[in-house]
Amino acid sequence: MASFIQLLVSGLATGAIYALIAVGFTLLWQTSQTINFAQGEFVMLPAFFILEAMYLGAPFWLAILIGIALSVLLIGLAFKLIIVDPMLKHGVLPLVISTIALSLFMKEMVKNLYSSNAQPFPALAPPIDLHFFGAVISTQSLVVLAVAISAVVALHLLLHKTRLGRSMQATAQNPTLARILGIPVRRMVLYTFLINAVLCAIASILISPIYLAKFINGETLGVAAFLAAIIGGFNQVRGAIFGGFILGILDNLSAAYLSSTYRGAFPLLILIAVIMWRPQGLLGRVEERTV
Amino acid sequence: MNRLGVIAVAAGAAFALSVPLFLKPYGIYLSSTWAVLTIAAIGLNLTLGYAGQVSLAQGAFVGIGAYTTALLMHAGVPYPIAFIAAGLVCFAIGWLLGYPALRVQHHYLAFVTLAFTTLVFLVLRNEEWLTGGTYGLSSIPRPVLLGWSTNGSVRFYYFSLGVLTVLAAGTWWMLRSPWGRAFVALRENPIRALSLGLDTRRYTLMAFAIGSSIGGLSGAVFAPLVQYIEPLSFALNLSLNLLLMVIVGGSGYFFGPFIGALVAVLLPEWLRFIQGYYLVLYAVMVMVMMAVCPTGILGLMERIVKALSTKRSPTQPALQPEGTSP
Repeated sequence: MASFIQLLVSGLATGAIYALIAVGFTLLWQTSQTINFAQGEFVMLPAFFILEAMYLGAPFWLAILIGIALSVLLIGLAFKLIIVDPMLKHGVLPLVISTIALSLFMKEMVKNLYSSNAQPFPALAPPIDLHFFGAVISTQSLVVLAVAISAVVALHLLLHKTRLGRSMQATAQNPTLARILGIPVRRMVLYTFLINAVLCAIASILISPIYLAKFINGETLGVAAFLAAIIGGFNQVRGAIFGGFILGILDNLSAAYLSSTYRGAFPLLILIAVIMWRPQGLLGRVEERTV
Repeated sequence: MNRLGVIAVAAGAAFALSVPLFLKPYGIYLSSTWAVLTIAAIGLNLTLGYAGQVSLAQGAFVGIGAYTTALLMHAGVPYPIAFIAAGLVCFAIGWLLGYPALRVQHHYLAFVTLAFTTLVFLVLRNEEWLTGGTYGLSSIPRPVLLGWSTNGSVRFYYFSLGVLTVLAAGTWWMLRSPWGRAFVALRENPIRALSLGLDTRRYTLMAFAIGSSIGGLSGAVFAPLVQYIEPLSFALNLSLNLLLMVIVGGSGYFFGPFIGALVAVLLPEWLRFIQGYYLVLYAVMVMVMMAVCPTGILGLMERIVKALSTKRSPTQPALQPEGTSP
């Protein structure tokens, strides 16, 4: 039981990080039909911005701010303007290819400019083990959970309680109608890219102390984000959150209780099952097909 | 095909045949790699370029084909039978993988096939009793066909070129048959194809199965070419690279895979002087190409030729979208 609780908490912690990445992923899909195959690399990169800032002498908190700012600028604004905008008129597939190329580009740049070795990354909290009912829970997991949940709650409040958020939702649901109602659709789409960049940067700060900063990190994280988004529902923010947590818990429990060599397979089998029986995702809406 | 196309193909064929005359063994080895990748890309082009089904599983089928061939050859089965078995196994698995395609499209399909590729990789890595695990399978012999040994780089190159020619001719013939037309109809407007009485269900499965079996056959040539296979060669990267090859060459153009594979094989060699940055440059090229001309190199050439002459487009794509209306 104690080990079950331990696994559950660490599963929730990884799940929360997956959820952050998946939420950004679905936001981009909803507002601009961008399937971002470079999402994992978007999480890999900010850690290196932060490491570089610290190398240049910035204290950790300042480096985090610099990292987030650079992320917003590069993987938010520049990504939208340079990669996505010229591609939108060509449809979904060319943009998919372009983001695949972008992920290759980012990986190789980090490998060449920085190093192919894993870099240690400072944690937000000192790793103290806490004991609850015989289960050992690291403060790191709790901090990860707290930060990720606050980020998700903040995003939820932004989307549902502010005028800006409602405009963004309207843009996602029906761009034409939103435009008629006087919502600056293009700017709203840009905002979702910036929000995605912030979410990716937060995820990067949370995951890098655990996985270490490495150019290859994006591969597993990107796939995790796809899986979470699809299992939960591609067109729903809460679906992505739900999917992220399911994935994180499942990953930890199946590795412990079923088979560690096939650890990666269980989420994939669930993915295939979900797509076969409920392609809109567990919490998703059905998308209409046009003739 | 018009005159310009015929000349280009003849020149390409002559060049491919004369390659061993002026290349060192390493160059010939690369040329064989090109032939193998082209075969795999032809299969993917059928699934993606003609039938419009996004697949990130082609690399996995190359792997299944290569492992099938290697295992059967180790068991003493003659190469031709192993070769055909590789194609059949991939046909069957590809058919099964087509079922999700019946339910979902586009990005969902990309993810299902991505999941499949990862699953295949895990099985190849974990089932050590069969696949040798991370150690892979080594000492795969080069086949002897009708008393003619394909040992030696030149001989094997001609062997892979021969397989490529036969498979390409078969695909060419199939695309000209009603089947090819049906595949394009599937890509252009599946619902309309269905309402015109086309059995879209069967053709979707066929598009997957045939494309996958061609991938398997390329694996059957790949195994004796490299003589040592391991799971990592067939991980997601290969599938992504094959996808890039098809798109860069020109998806939906018959000769697109030939060009795309050529770029993928030659680029790392030409760009060796910038060392680790060649993939960076490749990535940038792909992004620029997608922004400027998403129809790939052949699409770009077609546009240029069209702009130069007021006549009908000389490098005609194998099948125009008009092919949808029967």
